[in-house]
Amino acid sequence: MNLFVWLRPVAFIGVLLSVWQIAISRHTVHLLPTPVEVVGGIADLVQHGLLLKYVVASLFRVTWGYVLAVVLAVPLGLAIGWSRRAEMAFNPVIQILRPISPLAWIPIAILWFGVGDLAAVFLIFLGCFLPLLLTAINAVQSIPAVYIDVGRNFGLRRVDLVYRVLYPAVVPQLIVGLRITLGIAWLVVVAAEMIAVNSGLGFLIIDARNAGNRYDLVVAGMVLIGIIGLLLDLGIRSLERVKSFRWSYSED
Amino acid sequence: MSLMEPFVTPAAVDTKLRVEHVNIVFDRDGKSTPVLNDISLEVGDGEFVCLLGPSGCGKSTLLSTMAGFLSPTSGEIKIDGEAVRGPDPRRIFVFQERGVFPWLTVEGNIGFGLFKLPRAERERRIAYYVKMVGLEGFERTYPPELSGGMKQRLEVARALAVNPDMLFLDEPFGALDSITRLIMRGELLRIWEAERKTVIFVTHDIDEAVQLADRVVVMSARPATIQQIVNIDIPHPRDISSPRYLELRDGIFKQIGLAHKL
Amino acid sequence: MKSLAEPKKWERYFWPILVSALFLALWHYSVIWTATRIFPSPLDVERGMAELLRENVLWGDIADSLRRVAIGFGAAVVLGIPLGLTFGWYPPVNQVVNPTMQILRPISPIAWIPVSIIFFGVGDDAAIFLIFLGAFFPIVVACVDGVSNVPSVSRRAGRNFGLAPWQLLAKVVFPAALPQIIVGLRIALGIAWLVVVAAEMIAVESGLGYLIIDSRNSGKRYDLVVAAMLLIGLIGLTLDLGFRRLERIKSVRWGFRNES
Repeated sequence: MNLFVWLRPVAFIGVLLSVWQIAISRHTVHLLPTPVEVVGGIADLVQHGLLLKYVVASLFRVTWGYVLAVVLAVPLGLAIGWSRRAEMAFNPVIQILRPISPLAWIPIAILWFGVGDLAAVFLIFLGCFLPLLLTAINAVQSIPAVYIDVGRNFGLRRVDLVYRVLYPAVVPQLIVGLRITLGIAWLVVVAAEMIAVNSGLGFLIIDARNAGNRYDLVVAGMVLIGIIGLLLDLGIRSLERVKSFRWSYSED
Repeated sequence: MSLMEPFVTPAAVDTKLRVEHVNIVFDRDGKSTPVLNDISLEVGDGEFVCLLGPSGCGKSTLLSTMAGFLSPTSGEIKIDGEAVRGPDPRRIFVFQERGVFPWLTVEGNIGFGLFKLPRAERERRIAYYVKMVGLEGFERTYPPELSGGMKQRLEVARALAVNPDMLFLDEPFGALDSITRLIMRGELLRIWEAERKTVIFVTHDIDEAVQLADRVVVMSARPATIQQIVNIDIPHPRDISSPRYLELRDGIFKQIGLAHKL
Repeated sequence: MKSLAEPKKWERYFWPILVSALFLALWHYSVIWTATRIFPSPLDVERGMAELLRENVLWGDIADSLRRVAIGFGAAVVLGIPLGLTFGWYPPVNQVVNPTMQILRPISPIAWIPVSIIFFGVGDDAAIFLIFLGAFFPIVVACVDGVSNVPSVSRRAGRNFGLAPWQLLAKVVFPAALPQIIVGLRIALGIAWLVVVAAEMIAVESGLGYLIIDSRNSGKRYDLVVAAMLLIGLIGLTLDLGFRRLERIKSVRWGFRNES
């Protein structure tokens, strides 16, 4: 039963791949690779030991930038969301910084950190910080006032109120925000690597093209990016299913 | 028609809660809306009092103020002689089932206020109240899997577990179907008779008020005043077909100005 | 709601101004204290912006960026909404196509640059294509979600009144899904704005993104870099606020009644 569910989407992908393969193969000289060539490219990377190296490099940067952003943005966002004055106060600054693509920070990042890992981590941190902050602020503000009233009614002091009411109440929304932000982090790392560093999947794409028009590697890189991004997303979704976090979804 | 003097409780019963000339005015962006107008009331220890009135008349506001969630614009509320300054575990507010915490099990919810007790005592109390409200077998269930009536019972259990002096109930059965409502009223009376807390209960349902309360405080529309306080002198269990019941109920109907025939 | 007292009306202006002023002061003094010669202070940035405005170069760049966003976003809307509505309306179709989308979606538009250069060369078209990519997926997803969230009650009422399927889609489902679709459009516009800046840093030779890269490369003019960044922020914010205005139009507002 389960297998049949996958049959049609996989068949669809198969059709797309076939069309792609045929369309390209009709030209003897072609820049855009066929799916077969892409697979060959991936095999090539594995052979040279580059696949693992690049994937690890990208994941490493994502992890650092993302975790740093989570550790700083979530408590700060919860605190700001709790106080209406704080939210009023910080809102303009947040709203102006938010539409600035992390990539626009590249010159500044390179100025401060030079070309390399640190700059990439900084960019990922930037890309994740504000969305997480906003998610945390929003999560606190959407706690039904009733829960806070109940907490106060039972005599909870401020600290207890935070641990026993506020935190459990915001967790579902936070997790959704964490998932979306991880997706953002993955997008930023690829872009950052294309410009600011010398390893990683993003770098692979730029380098493969620049050093010899190896478009099979370029597309191989893209495919890998897509797959790993999807895996990261699925990974966090499985976290959402842990029962004690699930409470808000069963309400739907 | 507002009551000139507060109803005097018989000398044998201590006054638990006293409302003295409370006015509440809401100020929103410059517009003042008076909600409660010169409310004075006394409630005796162990009494079951209903605040009855049409929706939006301010009775929930009065209840919230009594429980300490709101401050009166003028006037004072005293419980056991002390002025009310904020919410307190000695007087628990029972919200409609939406007050139940969805991230805690039934046990977790009931034990919520018991954090000061040693573990053994806590577990004993939780088990006791689970049984009292009839939720045995559901101890480890999460609220989203419970029915409306069960969630309501869970809230009552959670409130009772901390052994408060007073319970405030704000239309607790409003979201339930009428059959469940009848059952829940019986349950509530059963629990009240066992524990004899002072209960203040808000409702817009006349029958509910006459079935449950020792006294019914009939309130007018906004800005609310106390129109009348009716003493329900029928002992429990009340026969809802008895002439005295119907007489009292019709009296309130008439007071509110409702027609008898539909 | 959570804080102790209701903030007064004047506080709505006081606190933001105070904090923003503190930020600027902090920025200004850290530039002075670290005696950096490269990083600009707020005053440098302001002067830089005035210079750009004077030289008339700025308006051209802003126009270029906005133009690319308009075309790319427009294409994404024109293609994405019908597709999204179709996918949402026919769940089996969505089921087939969705996994493909889920694999394509995490690929940053920037990663598509080499491929897009094959098709479009270096220039405007490549950038527009990237913007289209960035905006397309959020729009489709919003449409699918919007349609699937239309309560079946509404659909039944439509059929009850004898509406044919396409009429049902147009007259009942689409308006019902509209609030969610508009939110998706707003988010997609925000993404489009992010992508255009990034695309301009790599693939084209005009626009605000290019201004950033160029200011740095030809003369380390970091004051212009930061000036351009702030402009990007302001324009992006304006686009976002403008869209939120759209959300307040009465016939759409019902979907947001519960939002503050």
